[in-house]
Amino acid sequence: MIRDITIGQYYPANSIIHRLDPRVKLMATVVFIVSVFLIHDLVGFLIATAALGACIWLSKVPVRYMLKGLKVIFIILIFTVLLNMMFTPGREIFRFYFIRVTWEGVILAGKTTMRLVYLIVGSTIMTLTTTPNHLTDGLEKALSPLKKLRFPVHELSMTMSIALRFIPILLEETDKIMKAQQARCADFESGNLIHRVKNLIPVLVPLFISAIRRANDLAMAMEARCYHGGAGRTKMKPLIYNRRDKIGYAVVIAYLILWIVLICVF
Amino acid sequence: MSIRIEHLNYIYSMDSAFRKQALRDICLDIDDGEFIGLIGHTGSGKSTLIQHLNGLIRATDGKIYYNGEDIYQEGYSMTKLRSHVGLVFQYPEYQLFETTVLKDVCFGPGNLGLDAETCMERAKKALSIVGIKEKDHNKSPFELSGGQRRRAAIAGVLAMEPDVLILDEPTAGLDPRGRNDILDQIADLHSRMGITVILVSHSMEDVANYVDRIIAMNRGSVYMDGTPAEVFERYAELEKIGLAAPQVTYFMHDLQRSFPGMRADVTTVREAKDAILGWFEGGEKR
Ligand SMILES: Nc1ncnc2c1ncn2[C@@H]1O[C@H](COP(=O)(O)OP(=O)(O)OP(=O)(O)O)[C@@H](O)[C@H]1O
Ligand SMILES: [Mg+2]
Repeated sequence: MIRDITIGQYYPANSIIHRLDPRVKLMATVVFIVSVFLIHDLVGFLIATAALGACIWLSKVPVRYMLKGLKVIFIILIFTVLLNMMFTPGREIFRFYFIRVTWEGVILAGKTTMRLVYLIVGSTIMTLTTTPNHLTDGLEKALSPLKKLRFPVHELSMTMSIALRFIPILLEETDKIMKAQQARCADFESGNLIHRVKNLIPVLVPLFISAIRRANDLAMAMEARCYHGGAGRTKMKPLIYNRRDKIGYAVVIAYLILWIVLICVF
Repeated sequence: MSIRIEHLNYIYSMDSAFRKQALRDICLDIDDGEFIGLIGHTGSGKSTLIQHLNGLIRATDGKIYYNGEDIYQEGYSMTKLRSHVGLVFQYPEYQLFETTVLKDVCFGPGNLGLDAETCMERAKKALSIVGIKEKDHNKSPFELSGGQRRRAAIAGVLAMEPDVLILDEPTAGLDPRGRNDILDQIADLHSRMGITVILVSHSMEDVANYVDRIIAMNRGSVYMDGTPAEVFERYAELEKIGLAAPQVTYFMHDLQRSFPGMRADVTTVREAKDAILGWFEGGEKR
């Protein structure tokens, strides 16, 4: 059960979107998010929907997974809808004591909901189709110009990928330790809050010790292999643009131009 | 008084892309007082299976009866089950957390609701069984050596005085002396107190030396079930699933080729000795 969360969001599949260079996906996501905020009329809405739909279809990830991310913001969505509907001035549809629901409010609520949903789904596509390591690699490459400003891009991305790498390990370890203490009849489910926190000590102590031990081992292993930071370091799997990545960029740029045209014309 | 497993299936990560069937249609009867060796290649589902026996994992499908009672029926107390079926995990020394060894061993009995005095008594008894000296009782677990820590962790389960003791590779990473000590103590417990023992191990020698019955698993199913002599006789099949027979069994099969009439169905050095001496005695008569 715990391993489910661990691999985070990534959904393994063999699709063109999965194989795209992470930098292309990063840029596409940023462009898409910007475009979502530019939507003002039906045409824009249709274009964004078509783009999103095409990506979902190409990614071969079941729509069910895409929508999972929405669960988290469900409450926020409901609030935005209600607040927008009730407190936007304009032509009144009906009135219930002090609550006035207006046409403008309904439209604004619809727009905001749509934007939020597209935003979440749009970025979910990226995390579902890119492994965390690939993502940090992409970020490192994309941020590498900042190195000139002495910004520790490599160190940052190394830290990030090690952290990401350790999440599943630590979750698995937690699972193991919890089970081992449960085998000694430890109880994690009942009792009041203070009691429960106290009951977690038999899990937390071994977990911290093992995390520190692992960090130590990892540092040694890295030193033993002459790790000394980013300078001059090559990659085993360097990010190299393929033909499909160039096509990907072309599509993203075409999409961007479409929006510029749309904004200038209307 | 026994454990009965009926058509047990278990699937990890049921509703995700990573679903993995770890156990397939397992049916087993484990009687009181048996000493069972559970063998199988890595990933064959041994650890998954034993975690079912004390209710840490709930079967996807199938039933488990402990002393005739269905452990999945409503209102069945898992705490009670776990106090009867003690499980020692792989590398249990990493689960020590208390400030002293004695306190850590008291954790299990304490969770059973026993009073402090009884806990102490049981903890001291368990520590003496695994051979940890009185002077080490108040040390921090982290001051002990790896092997001693392993013993302390095993004592933590023994102190609950289970009727069934399950150990997942208790000797992994120990030196020969530590390995024999621990196994001897377990065998002693088995013969003195009559507890049921299930020993998961990758060492065919250890299994042959100690257990009365071997269950061999292959890719989530029970592949063989019988006495060590019966199971290791089929060493060719065992090799196909990544296992083997003890060295001495191979040796005796080779010997049989040069000395016709030599018994080869042996699994331990002691049996081999008897077989060889028996052959020469038979020879004198010949
Ligand atoms: N928490 C988990 N989530 C998903 N799959 C798992 C999990 N634990 C084990 N598995 C898988 O279930 C199968 C059986 O694993 P199990 O740990 O029971 O094997 P094992 O026989 O104990 O192996 P070993 O000898 O290496 O300890 C393996 O294929 C493993 O990859
Ligand atoms: Mg195992």
